[in-house]
Amino acid sequence: MNLWLPMAAGAGALLAVASFVGTDWDLPPVDTEQIGYRGTGMYNSRDRETEAALQAANVVPPAPWEADPEGDRAGDIYENVQVLGHLSDDQFNQFMAAITEWIAPEEGCTYCHNAENFATDDVYQKVVSRRMIQMTQAINEDWTPHVQQVGVTCYTCHRGQAIPANVWSRDTLPEPQPGMAGYRAGQNVVAKFGGNSSLPQNALEDYLLNDTNIRVHSTTALPTGTNPNGTKETENTWSLMMHMSESLGANCTTCHNSRAFNDWDQSPPQRVTAWHGIRMSRAINNDYIVGLTPVFPDSRKGPAGDVYKVSCATCHNGVQKPLYGVSMIEDYVDALSKKTQTGVPDYGTYVPGETLKLEPAPEPGTTSSLAPALAPASATGERNVAAVVGQ
Amino acid sequence: MSQYQNIFTLTQVRGPFEEGIPLPAGDSPRSGKPFHLWIAGLFGNAQIGPIYLGFLGSVSIACGAIAFLIIGLNMWASVGWDPVQFVRQLFWLALEPPPAKYGLKIIPPLSEGGWWIIAGFFLTTSVLLWWVRMYRRARQLEMGTHVCWAFAAAIWLFLVLGFIRPVLMGSWAEAVPFGIFPHLDWTASFSIRYGNLYYNPFHALSIVFLYGSVLLFAMHGATILAVTRYGGERELEQISDRGTASERAALFWRWTMGFNATMESVHRWAWWFAVLTPLTGGIGILLTGTVVDNWYLWGIKHGIVAPLPDIYPGVVDPAMTGGGQ
Repeated sequence: MNLWLPMAAGAGALLAVASFVGTDWDLPPVDTEQIGYRGTGMYNSRDRETEAALQAANVVPPAPWEADPEGDRAGDIYENVQVLGHLSDDQFNQFMAAITEWIAPEEGCTYCHNAENFATDDVYQKVVSRRMIQMTQAINEDWTPHVQQVGVTCYTCHRGQAIPANVWSRDTLPEPQPGMAGYRAGQNVVAKFGGNSSLPQNALEDYLLNDTNIRVHSTTALPTGTNPNGTKETENTWSLMMHMSESLGANCTTCHNSRAFNDWDQSPPQRVTAWHGIRMSRAINNDYIVGLTPVFPDSRKGPAGDVYKVSCATCHNGVQKPLYGVSMIEDYVDALSKKTQTGVPDYGTYVPGETLKLEPAPEPGTTSSLAPALAPASATGERNVAAVVGQ
Repeated sequence: MSQYQNIFTLTQVRGPFEEGIPLPAGDSPRSGKPFHLWIAGLFGNAQIGPIYLGFLGSVSIACGAIAFLIIGLNMWASVGWDPVQFVRQLFWLALEPPPAKYGLKIIPPLSEGGWWIIAGFFLTTSVLLWWVRMYRRARQLEMGTHVCWAFAAAIWLFLVLGFIRPVLMGSWAEAVPFGIFPHLDWTASFSIRYGNLYYNPFHALSIVFLYGSVLLFAMHGATILAVTRYGGERELEQISDRGTASERAALFWRWTMGFNATMESVHRWAWWFAVLTPLTGGIGILLTGTVVDNWYLWGIKHGIVAPLPDIYPGVVDPAMTGGGQ
């Protein structure tokens, strides 16, 4: 039996191909939970090893101490407190202690504050933090269709890092050869933000920054000539869906009955939550992140020069409910659960190291530096309200 | 001592090289000095060559090579001529058809899919010339032309995907990209966009014939191997002079399922199943987007979608409640 040689060669070749392609397979056991009618393949699948690692990585940190809501207000005690002035002295300091642990546990207070004078705005991180606190308040108040009563804190995304682990920016790498050859239509390379598929690389830009239409299906059996979407548009939507799936560690059937992806009547309620999540991410990027572009140094921008933006992965970090649905908000209710001061400064005037006080523009609630090419902030605002009313 | 095993080929028949019948005047000579290859002998005939290339074969290979080079070089250019990225991302890379804005323009800009048209032209030319070559070689050997007509069935599906359907849809953007993962993504994307090919009856037929081909191949292969000890692999002789191998094979199936194919009819079954797979599949693709835009809804209309109980009551499209797109 001189068969060992071709057999071994064949096995070696298969192994080489498998390792070359860089597989990311889950070894059994995988737990499946039925979430739909029998025979429809509606299951949530969870790999036990992955799940154990995620459980360990997604533990809520305790509050530094229980804050006393009584006493003088922070705004009366300290200078230049624009957003959190309504907190008591103790609440204010408790929140500052928490945010230090959440964002910059190594660097400490001076990551955001000038050690000489904590009240000045000359460290750009402080200007960003203030806007991020306004954002967190807005999410908790305006976006309950997505975050429910669980809410979010800085820790939901930051997890002890100044830049959250899962952010995105415009992805053009590897750059195609400029000129006549190498047409790849924005896809056909490893899509970092599309589940490492060969689907379009910048679907997040289309859907979580711009307002590109996500729905590609026709709603009639026969062609009417009114649906301009083809396979390419479908691949773009699919890239967003792969991003969502990877971000949440969820499969298609978490939100869809795969026999009719577009049919809401057969969709689990998670799809409604996800629908609001897409709009929430889009609003966050347009209303809060892009406006800060002038404030960020180049080292805080992606390879294409745009700021790092949020996606589903930023909060979810591989888990269907961020931090397994454990709420942190009760320890910081007064700081984060309601919008307080919504004014936006003109970030174009900010000079790091020189601007000592950056005050909100006279007209409250606008994002003055929002690029005009993007969806207008007012429209997004209306959508927010409508989304809440729609519930 | 050599032995005959009927799972693996252990015995390699090696006689004097078989040159084949003489060719008529006007045919180019066969190329290559024949030789024996042990590895090839494990799977088939140990003799390699000679090969008849001729005019059609040579031009076909040249056109195929041009298409292969255009696709490969465009893939390489798509990662900025980086050799490391070309190897690492090879399965992800593709030459993409032009965007929809160019419709059916014969040569869109080369930087936006023009190369896809050129590669497609050469690949199609190569495939069609190879078909003619197969037809001519079969006639030359005074065989039937069953092989090239089976090949034509596959070419039909190829042309529907890359040419006929895009022309009917009015845009090259509807065609399949040249690439490993991208063409698979295209396939799934195509099904999703047009409302789930599962409900396309021709897709269903194609799958029946595909799986049927597999089943027939397994049944036939297994049957013949099982009666090789009685000379059953000499199928042609068994057709004209039915021996004990044939009788036992027939009896086996008549006993187990009450019906048996014959030594010759089983090949007709296999040929039709194989040929009908791409024929019906091509019809299914051709109807998609041109005649039917959403197969799931078409299935509802024609009563082929199983109704499900409403187990997620209260889920409504949020866009219908005034929440934006």
